[in-house]
Amino acid sequence: MAKGNKPRCFQDVILRLQSYWAGKGCAILQPYDMEVGAGTFHPATTLRSLGSRDWAAAYVQPSRRPTDGRYGENPNRMQHYYQYQVLIKPSPPDLQALYLGSLQAIGIDMDLHDIRFVEDDWESPTLGAWGLGWEVWCDGMEVSQFTYFQQVGGHDCTPVSGELTYGLERLAMYVLGVDHVMEMPYNDPDAAIALSYGDVFLQAEQEYSRYNFDIANTDALLKHFEDAEAECRAILSNPVQDPKTGKHIVMAQPAYDQCIKASHLFNLLDARGVISVTERQAYIGRVRALAKSCADAFIQTAAAGADAA
Amino acid sequence: MPDLLFELFSEEIPARMQERAADDLKRLVTQKLVDAGLDYQAAAAFATPRRLCLSVVGLPARSPASRSERRGPRADAPEKAIEGFLRAVGLRRDQLETRETKKGAVLFAIQEQPGRDVADILAEVLPDVIRNFPWPKSMRWGRGTLRWVRPLHSILSILSKEDGAQPVVFDIDGLRSGATTEGHRFMDPKTFAVHSFEDYESRLRAHHVILDTHERAGRIWQDAGTAAFAQGLELVEDKALLAEVAGLVEWPVVLMGDIATDFLDLPGEVLQTSMREHQKFFSVRNPKTGRIEKFVTVANRETADQGATILAGNQKVLFARLSDAKFFWENDLRVPLAEMAAKLAHVTFHNKLGSQADRITRIAALAREIAPRVGADADMAEQAARIAKADLASEMVYEFPELQGVMGKYYAKKAGLPDEVAAACEEHYRPLGPGDQVPSAPVSVAVALADKIDTLTGFWAIDEKPTGSKDPFALRRAALGVIRLVLENGVRIGLKDAFSLGHAEADRVNLLTFFHDRLKVYLREQDIRHDVIDACLALPSNDDLVLLVKRVRALGDFLASDDGENLLQGFKRANNILRAEEKKDGVFYEGAPEVRFAEDEAERALFAALDQAEASLGPALEAEDFAAAMRALAALRAPIDAFFTAVQVNADSQIVRRNRLCLLNRIRDVMGRVARFEKLEG
Repeated sequence: MAKGNKPRCFQDVILRLQSYWAGKGCAILQPYDMEVGAGTFHPATTLRSLGSRDWAAAYVQPSRRPTDGRYGENPNRMQHYYQYQVLIKPSPPDLQALYLGSLQAIGIDMDLHDIRFVEDDWESPTLGAWGLGWEVWCDGMEVSQFTYFQQVGGHDCTPVSGELTYGLERLAMYVLGVDHVMEMPYNDPDAAIALSYGDVFLQAEQEYSRYNFDIANTDALLKHFEDAEAECRAILSNPVQDPKTGKHIVMAQPAYDQCIKASHLFNLLDARGVISVTERQAYIGRVRALAKSCADAFIQTAAAGADAA
Repeated sequence: MPDLLFELFSEEIPARMQERAADDLKRLVTQKLVDAGLDYQAAAAFATPRRLCLSVVGLPARSPASRSERRGPRADAPEKAIEGFLRAVGLRRDQLETRETKKGAVLFAIQEQPGRDVADILAEVLPDVIRNFPWPKSMRWGRGTLRWVRPLHSILSILSKEDGAQPVVFDIDGLRSGATTEGHRFMDPKTFAVHSFEDYESRLRAHHVILDTHERAGRIWQDAGTAAFAQGLELVEDKALLAEVAGLVEWPVVLMGDIATDFLDLPGEVLQTSMREHQKFFSVRNPKTGRIEKFVTVANRETADQGATILAGNQKVLFARLSDAKFFWENDLRVPLAEMAAKLAHVTFHNKLGSQADRITRIAALAREIAPRVGADADMAEQAARIAKADLASEMVYEFPELQGVMGKYYAKKAGLPDEVAAACEEHYRPLGPGDQVPSAPVSVAVALADKIDTLTGFWAIDEKPTGSKDPFALRRAALGVIRLVLENGVRIGLKDAFSLGHAEADRVNLLTFFHDRLKVYLREQDIRHDVIDACLALPSNDDLVLLVKRVRALGDFLASDDGENLLQGFKRANNILRAEEKKDGVFYEGAPEVRFAEDEAERALFAALDQAEASLGPALEAEDFAAAMRALAALRAPIDAFFTAVQVNADSQIVRRNRLCLLNRIRDVMGRVARFEKLEG
């Protein structure tokens, strides 16, 4: 790619990744409409990495990490940010080359930069998932996570999915040469109404930082957590034969929504500092148990490649 | 003679696993070759981030033919027995040989194995090694079932001879071995064929890959050193980092960059830790100022702009990292140490042992008690103990746990606390291992001992002792730390008293036994026999380790001398006779022997010698002069020898016999004041 052909704003980076991965045959999905801590939680990754059906998807996922809120003051730490997520199952033999192509697509010149694959094994205790891979360094900066999923929800992944996660703000700041995220151009800097990332998100960061750290009603959150946990279990306790339609309908995805809710509620409680070190493990274990039940249910479904009953 | 070249080309292998994997590859393949009857001249293994390689030189073209012979039943054995033998060897009756032996006609199965072609053997051995490779962590990928450290892309395996190379062909999980490999991922991503190891190594080099880790490490170290030297600076040695970085690159290119002046006032340890842990940078020191002023990063490639873009990127990342570090440093300096320490009330140390703040309160009280015994000021020791762990609540230590103690030292200095107190923050964790330096400053020693004794008595009190290989709280290390602190500083302290200052519920006798076991391990490394230690452990004040070790060393020296060796034999003889007679008679001969019943000159001489020895022992032991005590015992050697030569212990007269047995008992008593000689071997 010619040197003059660099992205000029945040959304340009996103659009280029979208069109690159679309060109490589991925279904470009939209963000999941729930609060999640990372792109991995999107059912298009967690659930679709289970079972035998092939899959290729890419999407932007807004991610929320209440404890990372800094009132918009930290140059690159926020309670709300975007991840770009690619999941291909089975992992293709040229996944590394495909990935490097995506860096080129966003204007990183492979002839001038030093790209490195540095060991970093991924584990999600809340999802009961792990995989092996790397963090990818560009000139010493971590720009992506690259993981071959080995287990999700306690199930071995066969075939194995390849997962790529880009931290969009950090990557874009690097490509655009911006030092503080709030100063990054969001749309075309020459547009009639040019907006910076701060124009879009600074106020939200302040509001959510205050809410997450000081205001969120912990009693209500605890109650919501219990409710989500109970609802998840209740959904899965139904017989798979739907009495109304007479069809075989496993409700893995509605149950998984409750698991996502419980996970986010736990994150909020954690940010409010009401969970002690010992309790923490117990909560993580409870979310993991839900994720595992949802995974158990999902692998019985057609989307996971099971024979329709 | 053919040579084997074998390469496994994969996605990036974690740096920390490469060296071990190369060793395993060599060991596993060569062992299987030898098992198959293939001896070889030499073998060498190599690793880069993307390949494991093995070269085996001087293999035979074929394995030797073998002949095995197995003896079966007699020729006239029942049919069932013969059938069983035929099944076991897989032959027919007419293939067996009958031989006349002493036991009559016996059946023999003779089986001849022709030699096999080396390529055929390799085609079995190599896939087997791949399938069973001992990676610490391995994975599957795609639809495959093979496990490797990361996806395996190609396998090169050839046998090369003077007249050319021949591939060793095999398939594994859809991958077929061949005669090609690839160059550097970015600089030369071409596939090429090779025909020998020399050819492989030189072509790789032409394609920007240095095969040998040690060569890569050597080049990095040399180039970095030269770059630093050219500017009057010096590279800070870091062997672990060098090994790691050599495992991250196939074509190392050293780049030296500046640390922005905003950060040069940060403690050197902070710069070094941040650069090493996050960026894998080497630190470059200015010998004139003693400060870390530059860094060296190692790129995996050359570029048209001589690395300018790469260096600028790295510098920018470093700037962000050090901004964080500076932010932590400045935030921490705003918080008084006492306030930092107070935060530790909310940090659990162990759920049965309370918070870190509880622990610090205990350590402070202990340090106060211990202070006078190590020559430290009690107030200062207590003050040091109260703030020595405060930095655990600092932002910097939260980010870099390995800087615990070091940050405390800086924060204490900035707060204007005495140097002794600041030093104790860093030194009270020591010694961290058998090779670590032991602090000698009295305040540091007091806090270091208090810290470790609190930990040990605490975990003893809640019955969380080390078992087998499990020692999650590093209690063995803590005990060894106390042993070294006490011995190397000559601290006179009764451990049982010291333990009583810690957690009251701890079983002190059991803990002392644990210490004695650690002491034996420690002294064994100095070639001191465990039985010599056992002989001294049974004496009073065995919890004063300085005294104990003094006694142990004197006894060891004495036993190494001629007098010691002979006296021990005399003692054993006396003790054996005494024990045997006591057992036989069912009584203990503990009464005082009387010289008036002595019948022989040698007997009377022994009485006199024992009186003399006892008289000398008293003051020697009082003065803890164990060498003098040993000399006093040495004087017993000749009289004891003479006694046994001249006298029959079991005399006819019961009075004389009893008196002599009591005399033997007196030998045991007198010598027992110095050490329990009956515990000694030999």
